[in-house]
Amino acid sequence: MKKYFAAAGLLIFIAVFADFLTPFDPYVQDLEGALTPPNSINLLGTDRYGRDVLSRVIIGSQTTLCAALALLAVIASVGSLIGAICGYKGGRLDTFLMRMSDIFLAFPQMVFAIAAAGALGGGLLNAAAALAIIGWTKYARISRGLVLSIRSMPYFDAARMAGSSSIEILFAHVLPNIAGTILVTAALDIGTIIMELAGLSFLGLGAMPPTAEWGAMMNNGRSMLQTAPWVILAPGTAIFITVATFNLLGDKLRDFLGGDRQ
Amino acid sequence: MKILDVRNVKKFFGKRLILNDINFTVDAGECLGIVGLSGGGKSTLAKIIARLIPCDFGEIFLCGEDITHATGNAFYKNVQMIFQTPEDSFNPRRTLGKSIAEPIKNFLDDKNLRGRVENFLAEVGLPKNYYERYPREVSGGECQRAAIARAISISPKLLICDEATSALDVNTAEQIVTLIKKLCAEKNIACLFITHDLATLKKLADRVLVLEDGRLKTLDESKFKEVLAWSD
Repeated sequence: MKKYFAAAGLLIFIAVFADFLTPFDPYVQDLEGALTPPNSINLLGTDRYGRDVLSRVIIGSQTTLCAALALLAVIASVGSLIGAICGYKGGRLDTFLMRMSDIFLAFPQMVFAIAAAGALGGGLLNAAAALAIIGWTKYARISRGLVLSIRSMPYFDAARMAGSSSIEILFAHVLPNIAGTILVTAALDIGTIIMELAGLSFLGLGAMPPTAEWGAMMNNGRSMLQTAPWVILAPGTAIFITVATFNLLGDKLRDFLGGDRQ
Repeated sequence: MKILDVRNVKKFFGKRLILNDINFTVDAGECLGIVGLSGGGKSTLAKIIARLIPCDFGEIFLCGEDITHATGNAFYKNVQMIFQTPEDSFNPRRTLGKSIAEPIKNFLDDKNLRGRVENFLAEVGLPKNYYERYPREVSGGECQRAAIARAISISPKLLICDEATSALDVNTAEQIVTLIKKLCAEKNIACLFITHDLATLKKLADRVLVLEDGRLKTLDESKFKEVLAWSD
């Protein structure tokens, strides 16, 4: 468990302190040194504009990882809160919001995100917004189901009889008891969100040039796969390592928080 | 003085009539036992009286106040409940102490919350350091003692015990019944003890009503003794 946390922590550390870790300026172009293969100076080579690929991969982690984590924090917290309120209050609000989520869930997530990002226009923020529009529904569904099961527990009735208000019950008795499951779901989702954000950028609907973002970097290197494979392999490997690390962390978290320990 | 007055209460689940024209009263300091078969509507009746679920017809008066359609939580100062499964009646993420302190904080505004909770823990026979224990760290009997401490902590006028001993072994159940009887007598708390076990009521109840086919029937003393002799 610790090694997965350490690996994820290292990735987040790199993302946060990327500005200090890059060996070269990731945005400075040097056309004479374009498409230099990996060597002792440019460890991962350079791209078609002569920019250091390693520096761009490092600074790209900031864009990709921070955007993914921020997006996940928003959809997990907003979705969970909406689901918890629906499960707690019931009635017309519950019916309306759950039918809304059914409508969103009826679309394939990536297809909907592409359509929404296309409609909203390019840019990482719009790509994140497109994913957020559909992403909250999963958390709303999960948290609503959990809250409904908690509502049938005697400690929920005991809290009501103890004179606690609805808000107190929601925040003191309900949300802490669904947090474990939501956390595990979110941890398992980090990889998916990274892939989706990178996917939108790869399609030109996410980060705009010259912003270093792993999906956009792969798109730039796509046409040079056979002549300069390092341009696409470096960000691709970064995505693979990051997604695998967070998926493994999510699995371990699920094992740890599952069963009796929850 | 009537603490609880239940008048013509009916409850349907779908088209099925679970409770049919329920009428009874509980006086101050009295312990009324309600006995019946599993699935007979005993817990539904307890939840209706505690306003955890609404009734479809009838009226419920608590200390003279009509609580049938009461909103808010203020009337819970006068009625508390002990549940069937002690471990499930406590939030698993809160210590027993914090759970016991919750009604005190909400109804009594006591500054010395911890001290007061520790006194109640001692009163139900639990060490003071159980304040920091989580429900999973104590036995079922200890958890039910903590539930009793929580229920009596605000000195309610009525204590509803819904199968409070059915999840416990015989010895522990007897200790819990003795404790409830002692505390209710000391604090003049009326008790509505709901169970399927007549032998438990023998030790506790002043009167016994039988819930059968959705209706409450009085069990007269001779019949009560006859049934007890049979159950012994």
